[in-house]
Amino acid sequence: MLKRRIIPVELLLNDRLVKTVAFGKHRDVGDPLKSSQVYYNQDADELILLNIGRNQRSPRDTANHLRNIAKKCFMPITVGGGITSIEDASMLFNAGADKVVINSAGYDQKSLLEQITERYGSQALVVSIDVRNTGNSPTLFSDCGRCPKAVSLTDHIKQVIDCGAGEIFLNAIDRDGIMGGYDLDLLDKARKACRVPLIICGGAGHYLHMREAFNAGAAAVACGSLFNFGDNNPLRAKAFLKNYNIPLKRT
Amino acid sequence: MKTIGIIDTGIGNLGSLSGALEGLGFDPLLLKDASMIDDCENLILPGVGAFAHSILALDASGFRQPLLDYAKAGRPLLGICLGMQILFSEGDEGGSSAGLGLIPGRIRHLSQDNGFPLPHIGWNTVNFTQKHEILCGIKSDIDFYFVHSYCAECEDSHVLATTEYSETFPSIVFHSSVIGAQFHPEKSQRSGLKLLENFCWWNGTC
Repeated sequence: MLKRRIIPVELLLNDRLVKTVAFGKHRDVGDPLKSSQVYYNQDADELILLNIGRNQRSPRDTANHLRNIAKKCFMPITVGGGITSIEDASMLFNAGADKVVINSAGYDQKSLLEQITERYGSQALVVSIDVRNTGNSPTLFSDCGRCPKAVSLTDHIKQVIDCGAGEIFLNAIDRDGIMGGYDLDLLDKARKACRVPLIICGGAGHYLHMREAFNAGAAAVACGSLFNFGDNNPLRAKAFLKNYNIPLKRT
Repeated sequence: MKTIGIIDTGIGNLGSLSGALEGLGFDPLLLKDASMIDDCENLILPGVGAFAHSILALDASGFRQPLLDYAKAGRPLLGICLGMQILFSEGDEGGSSAGLGLIPGRIRHLSQDNGFPLPHIGWNTVNFTQKHEILCGIKSDIDFYFVHSYCAECEDSHVLATTEYSETFPSIVFHSSVIGAQFHPEKSQRSGLKLLENFCWWNGTC
């Protein structure tokens, strides 16, 4: 049986890892290689590495870190941040990425999604969707949460899947760094429109939140603060979740 | 220290695989052509992409005959993912084409019944069906990392382990000194590394 996944999210900013609150307030949380090695040894199921530098963000910098990480961490690695061309994506695959994450280009550069899936397959393409809950309906944002988009969540999900997205990485901006639980309403809305695996992110503050998200249909749960602040790690999360019959990887 | 060769036809990233072998204390040799095959005691054939394309790439770099000679001399060869698939006689992906024929059987599309999404991607259980030296120290029912849409179809006598998804398919196969893994040991953390280490110390006898 295919297993549900627990995925630490690493945010890269100027050669360091940071943790954000609502996509701002960067706090330094360590060195990219060392943190990745810790997660690898703590039995994380996958790593998501995102370059969130808003100025002069270059996939080349990400690739330099990734090359070192991939030589030490023998696990699936998903990488994104500022990918605007097939050359950017290729550079990351060649540096050791198993999948790339596209966010902004998913709105106005759909041909890039098709190019990536044509060359590397749809399993190698994750489309990230950042959402802020304004009023009753979720609003989508590109460019690290800065540019609101007019398209609805369900329409956007359908469009990117039609262009080849193999997975959706759904991030609730208002929950980011709050540790009060995942946005389960948002997860439910997305899941109904989504026939590919869904990774939920934003808000995990307790292993129970992971359980809620798995029960609500998430294929994977991603988190930053939970593993960065406090004595929590993927091993402990699994020990806890095992009591609730959630199928998790055994090594 | 044994010399471990990795066949590099220029498709895909071999950083994880060579990094894994270095971490295990080996100094892997990346082979761009067949001239150094005889210097290798153990050989790994990785692979990404499609069956037909991969066989063409192997032919273009002149690997086919040296590889066949190597395996027929009873020397240990490990195929990973698509590298496992092209060890078989025949494959359906990208039009029917002949493989290396080192393991009798064929490669076909995974069953698309039952609504299971393809490709089959993620961590899934590997159940051992036979004992073998390269499985020493690894528990049966452990998860390994899979990414594929095609699978092998062969006699049970060539199957070392199976995995269940939209159907039960062979996840580790063998024929004398040739081993194939459908999953990626170099992405499968502790147990994956153990499998690679076992292979590197194996001399090809059963």
